[in-house]
Amino acid sequence: MTDATAAAEKPASQRRDIWNQFRTHKGALFGLITLGILIVAVLIGPYLWVPEKLSVAEAIKLKNQGPSLRFPFGTDQLGRDMLARMLLAGRVSLAVGLVAMTIAIVFGTFIGILAGYYRRLDGPLMRMTDMFLALPLIPLLLVLVMLFRDRVAGMIGPELGAFTLIVFAIGITSWMATARIVRGEVLTLKEREYVLAARSIGARPNRIILRHILPNVVSPVMVAATLGVAEAIITESVLSFLGLGFPPDFPTWGRLLFDGLQYMQVYPERVIWPGLAISLTVLSVNYIGDGLRDALDPRIRGR
Amino acid sequence: MLWLRQFFWVEPMTLFDGWFGTTWVEGEQRILSWQSRSPVFTIIGQRIPQTLTVIGTAYLVGILIALPIGIYSAYRQYSLVDQAGTLFAMIGFSVPTFFSGTLFIIIFAVWLGWFPTKYDTQLEVTDWASFLQQVKQMALPVMTLGLANAAAISRYMRSSMLDNMGMDYVRTARAKGMSERTVVLKHVLRNSLIPVVTVIALGIPSIFGGAIITENLFGVNGIGAALIGAIHANDIPMVQTLAFIFAVLIVLFNLIADVIYGLLDPRIRYD
Repeated sequence: MTDATAAAEKPASQRRDIWNQFRTHKGALFGLITLGILIVAVLIGPYLWVPEKLSVAEAIKLKNQGPSLRFPFGTDQLGRDMLARMLLAGRVSLAVGLVAMTIAIVFGTFIGILAGYYRRLDGPLMRMTDMFLALPLIPLLLVLVMLFRDRVAGMIGPELGAFTLIVFAIGITSWMATARIVRGEVLTLKEREYVLAARSIGARPNRIILRHILPNVVSPVMVAATLGVAEAIITESVLSFLGLGFPPDFPTWGRLLFDGLQYMQVYPERVIWPGLAISLTVLSVNYIGDGLRDALDPRIRGR
Repeated sequence: MLWLRQFFWVEPMTLFDGWFGTTWVEGEQRILSWQSRSPVFTIIGQRIPQTLTVIGTAYLVGILIALPIGIYSAYRQYSLVDQAGTLFAMIGFSVPTFFSGTLFIIIFAVWLGWFPTKYDTQLEVTDWASFLQQVKQMALPVMTLGLANAAAISRYMRSSMLDNMGMDYVRTARAKGMSERTVVLKHVLRNSLIPVVTVIALGIPSIFGGAIITENLFGVNGIGAALIGAIHANDIPMVQTLAFIFAVLIVLFNLIADVIYGLLDPRIRYD
C-alpha cells in the first residue's frame, strides 16, 4: 500500500513552496491583507453603505460637513456623501488599474515572445519597443486624451468612452517593460534541451510557444503585472489630477483629490482620504510584487 | 513639412542670427504658439530657467539623500537603518507626487506656515532677503520631487552595493588589512557607482521635461506647466515642439548613459 504513505506525507507542491516563501515576507503579507480589505470594501461597500436620498435643498444645507456618524467622511461642496463617493471611486480606480495592466501584459508578452522566438522579428519589434520607451509618457497620454476624448465619448457615451480611452491609452504605453523581460526569458528558454526535444519530435512553433515556453515565463510576467497595476493606478490618477481623466460625476480617487484641492486649506481631509487610498493601494501592490519576486525566484526560495 | 523646416532650419538659424548679427532667416516664419502668437522657442526660453532651478535642485537633493541611504543600507544589510531605508523607498515609490505635494502644502504651508504655498515666478534674487525667499518657495517643490527621486536612486545604489560587497576583491582588500572605511568608500563605492551613474543620466531628460504635476501643483511656471497649458488650449505647435524636444532628449541621454557606462566600466566594450 504505497499509496497510503504517499498521501500521508504530501510532497511539497510548487505552489505551496511559493506560498510558504511569500508568507515570510512581512511587507508582502501586509500588502495582501490591505489590498484584500480595499477590494472587498469597494466591491461590497456600495451595497452596504447606501447614502440617503437628499433633496437638492437638503443637500445644499448639508454641504461641507465634517466627519460625523451620519457622514463618516463628511460631505463635499455639493452635499454629497464622501464615503459613498470614495467607495465608488475606488471601484473605478482599481478597475482601471487591473484592465490597463491586463492589456499591457497581454500585448507585452505577445511582442516579447514573438521577438524572442523568431529571430527575424527580433530587430524590428525591439526597435519598436525602444521607440515606445523613448516617448515621454505623460505628455503623450495627455495629448492622446485631448485628441480622442470627444470622438470616443461621442461613439459610446462619456463615461464608458473615458474609461475605454484611458484604459487603452495606459495599456498601450506601458507594455514595453514586459516585452523586454519576456524576450530575455524566451531567448534563454528556447535554447534549452526540452525545447530542442519538442522541436525534434516535430512540434509546431505555436505549440512549443504555448505549451513549453509560455508556462515558464509566467513568474516574471506576474511580477511585472503586479507592478503594472500600481503604475496604471498612479497614471490614471495623474490624468484625473490634471483634469484630463474622467468626467466630474464619475469619480475616481484621482478625480476626488483634484476636486478637493480647491478646498484644501479649509477641508484638508477631502484631499487626504483619496490620496491615502491611492497611496495605500499602490504601496500594498508594490509590496506584493516585491514578495512575489522573492517567492517566485527558486534561488531564493530554497533558502 | 513646414514644421520640419521651421524646427531644423529657421529656429537654429534665428539663434545664430541673434548671436552674430547675420540675416540668414530674416523674415521667415518661426514656429508660433497659437495661444500667445509669439515664437514657441521664446516661450521655452522664458520658462526653462524656472524648470532647471527647481527640478534640477530637486534632482540633486534626491541624489544627495539617496546615495548615503543606499550605501549605508547595503553596508548594514537587514539592519534597522536598512529596513527604514526600504520603507522610505517603498513610500517614495508608492505615494504619487501630487499627493505628497498636497500633504506637504497642508503640513508645512497651511498648518505650520513655514513656506509659501505658491511659487512666485516674478521674484528676482537681488539680495540676501530675496534669496532667502527664493529658497523658501523652492523648499516644498524640491522636497516633493526630491523624495520621489531619492526613493528610486537609493534602491539602485543599495542593490549595486550589495552586488559588489560579496566580490572577491573586497575580501582581498580586507585581507590586506585596509580599513573598513577605505574598503567600502573607495573600492566598493567606486565600482557600485557605475550602474547608478547611468540611472542618474537616464533621469536627466525628466528634469528638462519638468515635472508636470509638481509644476502644476505649486504654480512653478516651467516647461511642464507650459505643456499642460498648451494641451488645454489646443495649442498644437507648442505641444508638437515640446514633445519632440522631450523625445530627442530621451534618446540623447540614453545614448550618453550607454557611452558613460562603457567609459566607466572597461569590461563593457561596444564593437
